[in-house]
Amino acid sequence: MNRDMAWRALEIMYRIRLFEEKGKAHYQQNRLAGNFLGAFHSYIGQEAVATGVSLALRNDDYVFSTHRGHGHALARGIAVKKVMAELRGKVDGCSRGRGGSMHLFDPALGFLGGNGIVGGGLPLALGTAYAAYYRGTDQITVCFFGDGAASQGTFHESLNMAVLWKLPVVFVCENNGYAVMTPVRETICIPHIADRAAAYGMQGYAVDGNDVGAVYQQAEEAVSRARQGAGPTLLECKTYRIDSHCMMLPEIRAEKELAEWKAQDPIARWEKYLADNRIADGDAREELRARVAAEIEDADRLADESQYPDAAEFLEEIKCAN
Amino acid sequence: MRELKYIEALNEALREEMERDEKVFILGEEVGALGGGFGATKGLLERFGTKRVLATPIAESGFTGLGIGAALTGLRPVVEIMYFDFITTAMDQVVNQAAKLKFMSGNTVEVPLVIRAPYGIGTREAAQHSQSLEAWFMHTPGLKVVMPASVYDAKGLLKTAIRDNDPVVFIENRKLYFKAEEVPEGEWLVPFGAAAVRCAGKDITVVALSGMVPKAIQAAESLNNEISVEVIDPRTLVPLDVETIASSVKKTGRLLITHEAPVRSGAGAEILRQVQERCFDWLDAPPVILGGLNTPIPFCPALEDVCVPQIPDIIARIREMAGRPPLGDTQLKSIGTT
Repeated sequence: MNRDMAWRALEIMYRIRLFEEKGKAHYQQNRLAGNFLGAFHSYIGQEAVATGVSLALRNDDYVFSTHRGHGHALARGIAVKKVMAELRGKVDGCSRGRGGSMHLFDPALGFLGGNGIVGGGLPLALGTAYAAYYRGTDQITVCFFGDGAASQGTFHESLNMAVLWKLPVVFVCENNGYAVMTPVRETICIPHIADRAAAYGMQGYAVDGNDVGAVYQQAEEAVSRARQGAGPTLLECKTYRIDSHCMMLPEIRAEKELAEWKAQDPIARWEKYLADNRIADGDAREELRARVAAEIEDADRLADESQYPDAAEFLEEIKCAN
Repeated sequence: MRELKYIEALNEALREEMERDEKVFILGEEVGALGGGFGATKGLLERFGTKRVLATPIAESGFTGLGIGAALTGLRPVVEIMYFDFITTAMDQVVNQAAKLKFMSGNTVEVPLVIRAPYGIGTREAAQHSQSLEAWFMHTPGLKVVMPASVYDAKGLLKTAIRDNDPVVFIENRKLYFKAEEVPEGEWLVPFGAAAVRCAGKDITVVALSGMVPKAIQAAESLNNEISVEVIDPRTLVPLDVETIASSVKKTGRLLITHEAPVRSGAGAEILRQVQERCFDWLDAPPVILGGLNTPIPFCPALEDVCVPQIPDIIARIREMAGRPPLGDTQLKSIGTT
């Protein structure tokens, strides 16, 4: 990763982290006030995955996200205010308030949605990849999913067909250690999900998902391979979900485990890397952080000011659809 | 005019649409060299090549999702599900993905996808190859549901489905596949939401779905001298042309709805709800839904045949509703069919 990109990686990770902190605070205040706004699946701790992968993509590539998708959307470049407004169900949201936190869309960026169904996006990713082959373009598709989705049947069906037709897909498995509150060791019998790739005749790699440089490097390789027509890759990024599953369930994980992973914070690690390699000093980082924080504040205010969608317009819309 | 079979009509529709629009491609199990489970895609591999005729592994969820994903980019995939029953293994993709992506995206994406699936009962294929599942899809906002009952409609509705910008569940009738009819040369479209009056009548309205249409017509013809029966084929369940049905009921005052699916929570119940809202005051007798029994379909022919309404059952209900005495066995036998 060159210096520019390394700097950009830090900016994106700050954006995701500060966005999640702001979004979480808003969500919790509302809950306390008795306003229930569904689930909030925090991406805190996993920032390096979305960031490293997205930096390896071109603007015309396709991305499928998950229920834990705020980070994917922001790393892909969807405007912060559009994501923030969507979380509040506002008309200026990227899905016009119809989708909410789990269903962020921006087709102009090839961002074809979060998905409320674990494993639901894998088959869809075959389709955009097939479309690229069909039209003879060299666009690639990235499909994010979690360790939980690796136990769904769609994982098997999709990986098999992707290899069968050498589709330009990168399957990014974000192994954050937990499917809801069940540890991955209680659902999967092998140490690396990436090892399953071999069973399909696919390339598979496990990478430190809290090291944005490592994620980028491996993703870049997988993306190039897909773009050159050499087929799909399964890329397992080992990371950790710092927050509880969706803010609605109590925390039951051991404090020691949480502390160990907090010590592996992807942002702190990248800050150290940038300092060690004289890419950015403390002042520059603080300045960047402050700029991103201001941007989030701005988005927060705009999301507050934005209107709720008009119910009459909505009723007209669904009437036409029937 | 010329003779054409239902399955050949589907084949023509696919071929014509693939010729017309390069964005149309087909995928599913055995759609290549074999020409599909029943022959609907015959000759298409030779004509269009493997890119546009994609034979898949047995992975309904995976390849239906592939179709949806490709549709998101503006292609127009036609997915073949070999038996309607098998769509159960792809329900997440159909119900949670295809039906909802446009909506959840705030209408920023579209899913111009057709899922073709043959249903059919009476082929002695037992409980997992004989189901009529149309009501599930009617009950899922975001899908259109089509059930052609004639050769003409098979072609015209499939072409319309392929040109539609929303996901369409296109339910074909396996028992009608090899039935031939006289149809015109060339191409035609049949619009969605336009029911067809198959027999005009004034005493009773019979709404029949897919496989029940030919049976209802036969029943109507056999009663011709005594009771004048109007047979209506809705052709598409979503959108439903309830106006045509309602104006018929306003004329006849009597409504019988018949389908092969179990009567409980079936399409008939929904059609009846919509009709009653419009013509409760015109009804001279309680409406009746004559549907399948609430049971999985047995293999044994003698048992299978009692699970869905047969022509004598339709005749008996019509007579009852019209206040006529039931026919004796000899008279029923003279009608000659079940």
